[in-house]
Amino acid sequence: MNDLKDIAVVSFAQSDCMRDAGARNEVELIMPVVREALAGAGLESAQEVDFTCSGSCDYQQGAAFAFVLGVDALGAVPPLRESHVEMDAAWALYESILKIRMGHAESALIYGFGKSSPGELPAVLSQQLDPYYLAPLWIDSISLAALQARLLLDQGIISEADMAAVVARSRRNAKQNNPHAQLADAACDAEVLLTEPQWRAPLRKHDCCPVSDGAAAMVISTAAKAKQWGKPYALLRGIDHRIESHNLGARDLTRSASTALAGEAAGVAAGPVEVAELYAPFSHQELILQRALKLDADSTAVNPSGGALAGNLMMASGLARVGEVAQRIIKGEYKRGVAHATSGPCLQHNLVAVLEAPAETAGAAR
Amino acid sequence: MKAAVQAAVVGVGQTRYQTKRGDVSIAGLVREAAAAALIDAGLEWDAIEAVIIGKAPDMFEGVIMPEIYLADALGCSGKPMLRVHTAGSVGGSTAVVAASHVQSGAFRRILTVTFEKQSESNAMWALSNPQPFSPHLNAGAGGYFAPIIREYIRRAEAPLETGIKVAVKDRLHGARNPLAHLRLPEITAKEVEESPMLWDPIRFLESCPSSDGACAMVICEAGLAKDSPKPPAWIRGAAMRSEPTMYAGRDEVNPQASRDCAADVYSQAGIRNPRKELDTAEIYVPFSWYEPMWVESLGFSEPGKGWELTLSGATSLDDGGDIPWNCSGGVLCSNPIGASGMIRFAECARQVRGDAGEHQVPGAKLALGHAYGGGAQFFAMWVVGAER
Repeated sequence: MNDLKDIAVVSFAQSDCMRDAGARNEVELIMPVVREALAGAGLESAQEVDFTCSGSCDYQQGAAFAFVLGVDALGAVPPLRESHVEMDAAWALYESILKIRMGHAESALIYGFGKSSPGELPAVLSQQLDPYYLAPLWIDSISLAALQARLLLDQGIISEADMAAVVARSRRNAKQNNPHAQLADAACDAEVLLTEPQWRAPLRKHDCCPVSDGAAAMVISTAAKAKQWGKPYALLRGIDHRIESHNLGARDLTRSASTALAGEAAGVAAGPVEVAELYAPFSHQELILQRALKLDADSTAVNPSGGALAGNLMMASGLARVGEVAQRIIKGEYKRGVAHATSGPCLQHNLVAVLEAPAETAGAAR
Repeated sequence: MKAAVQAAVVGVGQTRYQTKRGDVSIAGLVREAAAAALIDAGLEWDAIEAVIIGKAPDMFEGVIMPEIYLADALGCSGKPMLRVHTAGSVGGSTAVVAASHVQSGAFRRILTVTFEKQSESNAMWALSNPQPFSPHLNAGAGGYFAPIIREYIRRAEAPLETGIKVAVKDRLHGARNPLAHLRLPEITAKEVEESPMLWDPIRFLESCPSSDGACAMVICEAGLAKDSPKPPAWIRGAAMRSEPTMYAGRDEVNPQASRDCAADVYSQAGIRNPRKELDTAEIYVPFSWYEPMWVESLGFSEPGKGWELTLSGATSLDDGGDIPWNCSGGVLCSNPIGASGMIRFAECARQVRGDAGEHQVPGAKLALGHAYGGGAQFFAMWVVGAER
């Protein structure tokens, strides 16, 4: 979809990215961000939006129906028009946009949450692989990413210094721009990072995103509704997502064909990309994504929040990328940007969204 | 509210349902249903623009987000693929979400697939797995719903043979359906009554089976539907509602989310008297007593009178009832949980297309598909019609 005229991102909220949220349960993680996102749209309750959709994964908490608890955080009495995807909440955003476009809603609340601390996330994610041939081998998500990085290095497409530069920029950006970051360092230096030992060769520990607990929430609406609420907003002009083969041997892991397809369909190239938030759980993947989306590092601010390397709210990080871009556009820092979300091993499934400042408020920071 | 674009079901595909499909992998199972839907629609894989997949909890098979692994089997490479999960209602919700891909004007033709391969794991275990921060019910679905059914019986003063009647009726319906898991043409009320009591008042033969199976549909916009080899089933309304598992004053027998969802879908389809205007319904009845309960909640009878409608034979195809429910045999005959809701929706499409074989309701033009899940708190419904 790249012809969207009136889908507005009105507000976004996310929790701090925490290594361990302790005794806090899902309801306690979700409620504060839902309340904050609603307040950002001038609303008090989920009853005031027409549709609610969430993203989460049962295996993070280790029990079926994680999302049922999410409903308890909403105040769903009287009952709500509500849905759930077992995906990152960026795809809950996608479902909500369809709902608005078909005329069944003028506004929607989207949230994603995950408490990864109770388990070993990389090992847990090995169970999303082919259950007959791959999952029994327990190949964890970090090892698969390491294989991908090895391909990039061996083919001379990137260097270890390039990867370290991504991490150093993430740490510095996070310190400067992102109060919710888990890993931030104003003085982070790529050359120092390169002196660290390799961990899952060729990845160093800092090439991998941290494991985080937390949640994020967003309110979207038609532009007319946002005006009625009297709130500034960013326009979501395009959004598209594509999956590719699960057979890693059948893919060129040095590229992201699905990201390129989604970017084209979402209309990334229709204007300058001033800012991009890319969901790259590993440093080398940010470089793959930049190439897939044809971003020019000189003219595009990539991951000013620090991205997933600064904090990875599993099942909400993709939504948070959209939220980060929307917030910066609403603040007037940028006029046009791109957000990206991913799912599956080695960037198997990718979503790309294009956001713009509405014409009448372009440049008018509020 | 009318959808921006009108959508129709032009292809339906199902596997046969049985305890264990040891002859196919999970990928083979979903591919079988999807390929059948494409053949039914007279289409090839390249005619599909996006795939919307649904299933109940990932723990039923032990595969996290299985759509990632199923992308190849469903021909998704380079296409959008979305995974819906809304508990037991998911089969219905997936159909509603799939329809929205077309109704929004974003896609012209999509494939939607739901499945469960329950033999890969133990559904009762997965359903009863303790939530880390919540009291552990350890009840499974039957144990959870039995007290709610008892409250219905008390409230409606329903005779105890009601549940037995539904168990027999749906199994006789299922005997007409070659895909049904339980095909029991010789079943008798006495046999049901003498089957073991599992969760009083739910007997063994008043419970759904645990099945492997998949169901798929091709949904497209009106322009493409005209070229379909078989008549389209027009989507006249689609709705979803959710409420919390527990809250003060919650009516668990007749949940408000159920009543609200029905009112919404009837309003979209222009239905005022569901019993009179609908020709048939496929309603999620995993335990026999849920038929009279949903009869009331969905407005097919006055409150407290659902059991009278059931006992009168009005919901039976074999008794020549005026509003046959679950002519395919329903959830009581086949229950691959993640697909069970979509089977309801798809069977409605078959009925209004006049393509339901031995369990066809003669002349059916308008049908209600229904699914529920969680603690009877998640609802999805749609109305499909032979006319636009």
